Parts: sequence; C-alpha cells; structure tokens
Amino acid sequence: MPTKKLSLGQLARVEGEGTLELALRDGRVETARLRIFEPPRFFEALLRGRAFSEVPDIVARICGICPVAYQMSSVHALERALGLSVGGELRLLRRLLYCGEWIESHVLHIVMLHAPDFLGYADAVAMARDHGSEVRRGLALKRTGNEILRLLGGREIHPVNVKVGGFYRLPTRAELDALRELLEGARREAVALLRWVARFPMPDYERDYEFVALRHPSEYPMNEGRIVSSSGLSLSPEEFDAEFEERQLPHSTALYCALRRRGSYLVGPLARYNLNFDRLPPYVQSLAEEAGLRSACRNPFQSIVVRAVEVVFACEEAFHLLAAYEPPEGPSIPLSPSPGEGHACTEAPRGMLYHSYRLDRDGTIEKARIVPPTSQNQASIEEDLRLLAESLLGEPEEILCGRCEQAIRNYDPCISCSTHFLRLAIRRS
Amino acid sequence: MPTSPRPRLAVWKFASCDGCQLSFLDCEDELLSLAGEVEIGYFLEASGRTLPGPYDLSLVEGSITTPEDTQRIREVRRLSKRLVTIGACATAGGIQALRNFARIEDFVSSVYASPEYIQTLERSTPIAAHVPVDFELRGCPIHPLQLLEVISAFLAGRSPAIPTYSVCIECKRAGNPCVLVSRGVACLGPVTQAGCGAICPGYARGCYGCYGPMESPNTPSLARAWRALGSSRRDLLRAFRTFNAGAEAFRRESEANAD
Repeated sequence: MPTKKLSLGQLARVEGEGTLELALRDGRVETARLRIFEPPRFFEALLRGRAFSEVPDIVARICGICPVAYQMSSVHALERALGLSVGGELRLLRRLLYCGEWIESHVLHIVMLHAPDFLGYADAVAMARDHGSEVRRGLALKRTGNEILRLLGGREIHPVNVKVGGFYRLPTRAELDALRELLEGARREAVALLRWVARFPMPDYERDYEFVALRHPSEYPMNEGRIVSSSGLSLSPEEFDAEFEERQLPHSTALYCALRRRGSYLVGPLARYNLNFDRLPPYVQSLAEEAGLRSACRNPFQSIVVRAVEVVFACEEAFHLLAAYEPPEGPSIPLSPSPGEGHACTEAPRGMLYHSYRLDRDGTIEKARIVPPTSQNQASIEEDLRLLAESLLGEPEEILCGRCEQAIRNYDPCISCSTHFLRLAIRRS
Repeated sequence: MPTSPRPRLAVWKFASCDGCQLSFLDCEDELLSLAGEVEIGYFLEASGRTLPGPYDLSLVEGSITTPEDTQRIREVRRLSKRLVTIGACATAGGIQALRNFARIEDFVSSVYASPEYIQTLERSTPIAAHVPVDFELRGCPIHPLQLLEVISAFLAGRSPAIPTYSVCIECKRAGNPCVLVSRGVACLGPVTQAGCGAICPGYARGCYGCYGPMESPNTPSLARAWRALGSSRRDLLRAFRTFNAGAEAFRRESEANAD
C-alpha cells in the first residue's frame, strides 16, 4: 500500500535540531524515527592534542544548558587518569555547584518548556497571561539556581572557576551568606512548584523501562556512584564499555547508545528517582508521595513531577551543604601531569553523562570519549513514540502530534549535546 | 490614533551549544517585560508558535558548517530587516572552527564509524562570511545585559553602545590586582575585548579570550610577555586557538606560534 507523507510543522521547546518521522501502515506504526540533524561539532576529535587543564573549559561548550555536567564528568575522569581524588570541602562545593545547575536546568524545562504542553499553551509567554504568578515564581527559582552558578562558577553559562583538582578561587563567607538567604526562599518556592505540577492532567501511559542511573552508598547521586539498572546491572564507570555500546544510524548525527545485550534503556530524572528513592531525605520522600508519586514511577509524563521533586531536593541539599561548609586550606589540590586513563559518570540534569580520557606523559589528551544522556535515551524515545502513536491512531492528527511532542519533551532532550529543533513528519498509508 | 505594531523578533540557530539563546532566557527579570515590547515571531527554543517574516530584527546564533546551512542563512537574511549575530560561533566560527586547522576527514572518522552518513563542510565559518551582518555581539557566551543593550538600540534605531576596548579596562574598574603583573599568570586580557566583566581575573585566573580580539590587539607583544613568564610556543598556540580561533588577530598569532 502506498504511504502518504504528512508534515506537521516544527516541534519546538527542545534544545536542538531534528525531526520526528512516523510511518503508518494498516493501522500500525511501522517506524518511529527521531532524526537528529544537529550539525556535528567533533568535540572528541578537537580535544586531542589539548592540555588536560583546558578540557573543562572546552567541554562546557558542548551544551549551554548543562555546562557544569560536562565540566564535572571531565574533571572526575581526568582526576582518575592522574590518580587523584578530590574530597572534603572541595567535593562539597562541586556538589553545591551541581545543585545550582539542576535547579536552573530543571526549572527552565518545567516552567518554560514543558508546562505549556500540560496546560494547553503555545509557550510560557502565552501561559504567563493566565498563570503569571507561577511563571514569575519559576523565573525566580531559576535565578536562584543561576546565582549558585554565578557565585561558584563566575557566570551561569560556561562557568570559569572549575578546574582539574578543584577550583581557581574559593567563595567568601559574605558571598555564601547572601546565597543562603536566597535558598531559604527557594526551598518554599520549590515546594509550591511541585504542588503546582502535581495538579497537571497526566496522560495514562506506562512502560517497563530499564532504568539506568548512578547509585551512591549514602547520597542521591550527582558526581559519584556505581552504574546500576532496574534489571540488576551494577558496574563501575571503568566498565562502561563492557555493557554499553554506541551505534551509528544513517538518519541521525547523534550516536545511539544501547545496552549490549538488551538494547534501549532510560537515563534521567525518572531513572534516578526509581533507583534512588531511598536516598532522598524523608521530607522530600513525603512531598513526593503527597504529589501523587510512589517509590516506583513508570509513566514518562510524570517526569515533570519527578523533575520538580528533584528541584525540591536540590534546594534542600544546597541549603544544607552551605550550612555544613568550612573553608578548606586551598582552592585546589596540587597535581602534576602523568600518563594514564580515566573514566567517570556524573548525573547531568537529563541523565548520566560518561566521559573517558587517555593522557600522555605531559598531560596532553590522546583520546577522549563522551556519551551524553540524549544519545542514551534516543532509542527509548523512539520506542515511546511508536507505542504512544499506536495507541492514539484513532485520534485526530492534532491530538496525536501534540501528544508525541509532549512525549519527546518528557526526556528534556538536549540535541546540542547529543550532536538539535524537531520537526514532526508523519507518513500514512 | 492607530498604534504601531510591535517589532517582530526572530532567533535562529546554526552550529552551536544553545548558550547564547539561553542568555536571552537568563534575562529573568527583564524577560516578561521584553516579551511585551516585541513580538516574538520565531524562537523555536522557547515557542512552537511561529509568525511569518519579514522580521524587524533577527538574532543569529551558531556558525556555518553544513552545505544546507549556507543556503538557510541566505533565507534568514532575506527575511530579516536587521540581522545581529550573537556569540563566538556566529562571529568567529566557534570552537568547532578548530577543524579549519586540521584535516576534516580525520575529525569525522575519529567520531563516526560510518563517515559517509555525515554531511559537513571542511571549515566552520562565521555568519558574516556568508551574508551582510548589521552588528556582531561577541562572547562565549554573550553577556545578557549586552544582549538587552543591542536589542534596545536596534528597537530605538540607534547604534549599540558596546565597548571594543580590552578586558584590562574592565578589570581595573573592578579593582582586581593584575594577575599577569602581580602573580605572573598568563592572561589574554590585554588583547581580548571587554564585555564579560573581567570574570576570570576576578576568579584568580588568566583571561582565556572568549570575547575575541579587542579593537587594536598587539598579540606579538603579549606573546613576548608570556614567553618571559615561561610559556612555551605550544602554550601560545593553544591559548590563541580556542573559542575565537577563527578571528583574524587570534588566527594570525596562533599560526605565528605553530611549528
């Protein structure tokens, strides 16, 4: 039977360029493809020959929305290659910096990009006409996240203060005190944000994903942990290649990352939450339950609620980290170049981010590998879209397409990272 | 009396990290009031609602790296009364312009198993290499307040007040002790355009040049000062070859230090 091609315009409110193509035949969805045509920028190639000390500044440029994630994965991998470990108060400051990025990135996505789908607006500006106080509250929360980034990083986009071994300069007591006041307000506002999104109408859809996230002995994961999955996987970042592989497909400039033996899996807030619910403080757990979540959540549309839970957590965590902080002796620990190889995973707002580097004797990068969260989720996004579209085939096209776009945004995909605007095209037989 | 329609604004993306567009969304306090002053006609990162051109002002992020984009930028220019490029990618080719100094085949094959699927140009080039540009706003990333100044200036029909002197001026004004003179830290501040607020020296490190060359940069003189501090030619090559590697003055100095 011939197929009819239907173009449904551009999917917006995502970070990047691509299209979604659905091919429908005999009442079934034949294929669902997320075509990514973000122009490749070849970071892994351009890092070769650079000094290890330049890496955190360079990899930040992979993504303007989560530069700290790239900086954190890189410094941890490079420190392992150099045989050193950054602990104590410097480790605390790194976790505080990451809280800033989680707050800024999550609130941007929840309020500016995703909420309009649930409430039926084209964008946050239109939504602000009817939900002005919620949008303003979102912008204020996002500003708090950005203030953390500005203080510890120097600026919110492409921070300048992160280095292998620690920081260039430590924050002063007065600077931290100002932050503490802001965070007190943010803790209340984050709870209000969670209660707001908990009331959104939720599409009824569940899938049995294999969740993959870091797991730390005592903390909700950010910079450290073993890679674990809901199917029993447990490995160190050094063993990443043994279980995961990257594949290139003709329709995408992003590489697909899959589990060698099982295929697609899911990283991100939903995976972190499902695998680490017991690592959330009891106060955050009870707020999550009050918001209608249980310790297990398999509805990807509820990721917006989980993201809000993580905003509550990040504000709490940042507040307590600040209270516990005692200035260390120096802003960084001394190091000297040496040959070696290092691997690290950290939890970017969108999910686990893997980096590995090999250094030569004078600390020059011989080899770099980066596996961003969106390329890990790509196969899962396509499976969601196929199943979802199939369940909605009887609905008008407008509903089908709207729901597909919303489903893509469940992943907060960052296509700049993975290789960037989605356009939706449907071919019908 | 008839009210004049609000000016129509568009934001376009080419090869980039999205950071400069995000600077727009980072104007948290001013965002909603700005949205009242202009009509956002095309800004896919923020909205699915698009309005047809022509646009009174187009902001362009990113560099040109694919055959398709050489055509798309012409279409954007045709639809735009004024076109302003934002950020190091759009004004100098960005970090991805490091390919201009290498063999592109080596770059593609080191990342992709099937290079034949990848369509890319040998060079990453700034927007002005392809179409006339009305103003270039520098930075990696751009500064949100400079962006607001540029938008306000274009809406008012005046030239943007964006200084082209060096980071040193901002650094002195911020009261930082000179990291180069007082601590012997290699710093690109003397040859780099101001705009960031001299953040790096404020954080006890040397400027790494993310706003590109200032109006009259004496890079050979700064290179001699770096050598006197013990920097190697390779250090200089790397320092001038980052986010603004494709900017003329930085390109020349990096080549002067290449082997």
